[in-house]
Amino acid sequence: MSEKSSYTPNEVPEFWLPAGGYDPAPSLTKRRRILIGKPGLDGHDRGAKYVAQILRDAGHEVIYTGIRRTPEQIVAAAVQEDVDAIGLSLLSGSHNVLFARVFELLKARQADDILLFGGGVIPADDVDRLLALGVKAIFTPGTPAAEIISRVEQMLGERACP
Amino acid sequence: MLKADASVNSTVSSAVAAWEADVLAGTLAKTPERASSFVTAGDAPVERLYTPTDDAAGDYLEKLGFPGEYPFTRGVQPTMYRGRLWTMRQYAGFATAEESNRRYRFLLAQGGTGLSVAFDLPTQIGYDSDAPEACGEVGRVGVAIDSLADMETLFDSIPLDKVSTSMTINATSSILLAMYIAVAERQGVPAAKLTGTLQNDILKEYIARGTYRFPPGPSLRLTSDIFAYCTRNVPKFNTISISGYHIREAGSTAAQEVGFTLADAVCYVETAIRAGLAIDDFAPRLAFFFAAHTDLFEEAAKFRAARRLYARIMRERFGAKDPRSWMLRFHTQTGGVTLTAQQPENNVVRVALQALAAVLGGTQSLHTNGKDEALALPTEAAAQLALRTQQVIACESGVASTVDPLAGSYYVEQLTDRIQREAEAYIAAIDGMGGMVAAIEQGYPQREIERSAYAFNRAVDDGTRQIVGVNCFQSSEGESIPLFRHDEETGRRQAARLTDLRSRRDNTAVDAALHDIAATARTSENLMPAILTAVRAYATVGEICTVLAAEFGEYAESFHSA
Repeated sequence: MSEKSSYTPNEVPEFWLPAGGYDPAPSLTKRRRILIGKPGLDGHDRGAKYVAQILRDAGHEVIYTGIRRTPEQIVAAAVQEDVDAIGLSLLSGSHNVLFARVFELLKARQADDILLFGGGVIPADDVDRLLALGVKAIFTPGTPAAEIISRVEQMLGERACP
Repeated sequence: MLKADASVNSTVSSAVAAWEADVLAGTLAKTPERASSFVTAGDAPVERLYTPTDDAAGDYLEKLGFPGEYPFTRGVQPTMYRGRLWTMRQYAGFATAEESNRRYRFLLAQGGTGLSVAFDLPTQIGYDSDAPEACGEVGRVGVAIDSLADMETLFDSIPLDKVSTSMTINATSSILLAMYIAVAERQGVPAAKLTGTLQNDILKEYIARGTYRFPPGPSLRLTSDIFAYCTRNVPKFNTISISGYHIREAGSTAAQEVGFTLADAVCYVETAIRAGLAIDDFAPRLAFFFAAHTDLFEEAAKFRAARRLYARIMRERFGAKDPRSWMLRFHTQTGGVTLTAQQPENNVVRVALQALAAVLGGTQSLHTNGKDEALALPTEAAAQLALRTQQVIACESGVASTVDPLAGSYYVEQLTDRIQREAEAYIAAIDGMGGMVAAIEQGYPQREIERSAYAFNRAVDDGTRQIVGVNCFQSSEGESIPLFRHDEETGRRQAARLTDLRSRRDNTAVDAALHDIAATARTSENLMPAILTAVRAYATVGEICTVLAAEFGEYAESFHSA
């Protein structure tokens, strides 16, 4: 593809840094690196930014890609930044195609030990389909912040530490 | 509030004090209120009771006046809905042009009175359906339009001299407007008879919605070109719909929605004036688009405040003389972000309250969301129920029988004043940064919206804000409603259609027209005629945008520190 596919990490807005920096919460045994990505052409990133912020507030290091990234750019960023998990957000309905593509690319780069989760406007049937594909969790709108944080930490805790 | 004379006010003041001491104190001692304080959805404090003593300076004639007269607080038409109801305009579009055409004809047959076209994201950003960027997105959130051939199918058997059409298209608005004009030509309808609205609001794409393609400078030039072209050739078309809707969806408060939208309006007006247009030539065709959320009174007040503030800006700041230049005419859509996937039937009630707020606020047209839209595009049944919701308000509620029925409510007038004040402060802040383009480049409106969105979501998370079915009154049984299913073959079908088109059209004419667009882009000439020629030759949206991107460059989002 065009030169746009070369990976250029975005600066993360300072607004999202919790006061005091990245001091892990007392309950946090291990701080994780998490990439929040917006694949495809969908520009709705209120949910992506919120999840990025709450994970950051919980003490993790979070990178947000910004909107309109290709699966290739997201996977390249994840590998380069050596993240433990990728969270994909999509509200345009193209989740089946684009989540699958990210998963495929992770496998191709032998990076499928990176935990993949997601969220957005995703009907129940598609949630089952994505879980069967290997996406570990789908958080639809209205999921409490505490639940997202604890599920992600629990899923990462179940994995061997790098 | 409405200024009463001083002695009446002082009588009321002492009566209020007496009531507080004699009646209220006893009740509060026995039965405390549900909360220590109450706030609007926009986090503004709400007092227990509003009375004539809440009079903010200013009198009836100056602040409210009469409908159809400056400052239009009470509405843009003298008779409002007694004369004609609002246009019931349901936003729709999905898959290919054939399927969307069927949905439009269905909506018109059900009593819808205008069309509103939803385009898919590749069309909105300027990629053809067979481009790699379009993978997975073709026909998803709207209809895929690659060329005039698709547009002809989209409006097949829909007479464009009888139906007004709104098109949600921004970065590629010149191209889609050109296609609409060309379809009309083929129907034998002259451009001068066309009515409808082009969204054409690129600034809010940088702020909140994300379907930008070119940088702000060239994008605003395209906007001015459309203003100038339509003034001469398509005089009944609204050339822009300056949109707060997406700013609100991204998480702004009601007051931010008004402030940022009117600051965008200021930028468009300044741009057009710099391009040499006379304000009263183009300003009467500027339209607006707002969201309606569930806080009924705050929302109704928001529309009234926006009308009054815009009238003042246009008359006092820009010196517009034509009263039509002072009028803020707007479309409303109920708030997509307020719909919940949990207990989706509850959304019918939310939509009804929001639609009521829009009507009480004096909207010119209205889209009501389907109850299933937190999960997917609406089914035909959900879209029909949404339209029926408007019809019940119009025919049965009685609110359409008098003009601006909330005027004079002590509470609503106080809310109207407050929203106006807050919006004015935002506009002043943006003026101080050098205008909206500079503010966007500094990330200012984006950051303000993010803050409000975060605060709202936090409040839902900690239960301070209650959302029925989400953080209170949850039910454990699974809810299942029938959902619209996207046809996974759409992308392949549309790509095949495109291949076929490229083999059938006169490619020499296409190349010449594209070359002419590039040449015109390098001058300060109006781009609309060259785009119209290309569209008539069946050049595609993607081809035209590739040429424009080569001349203008592509915009990339950048983040800024607070």
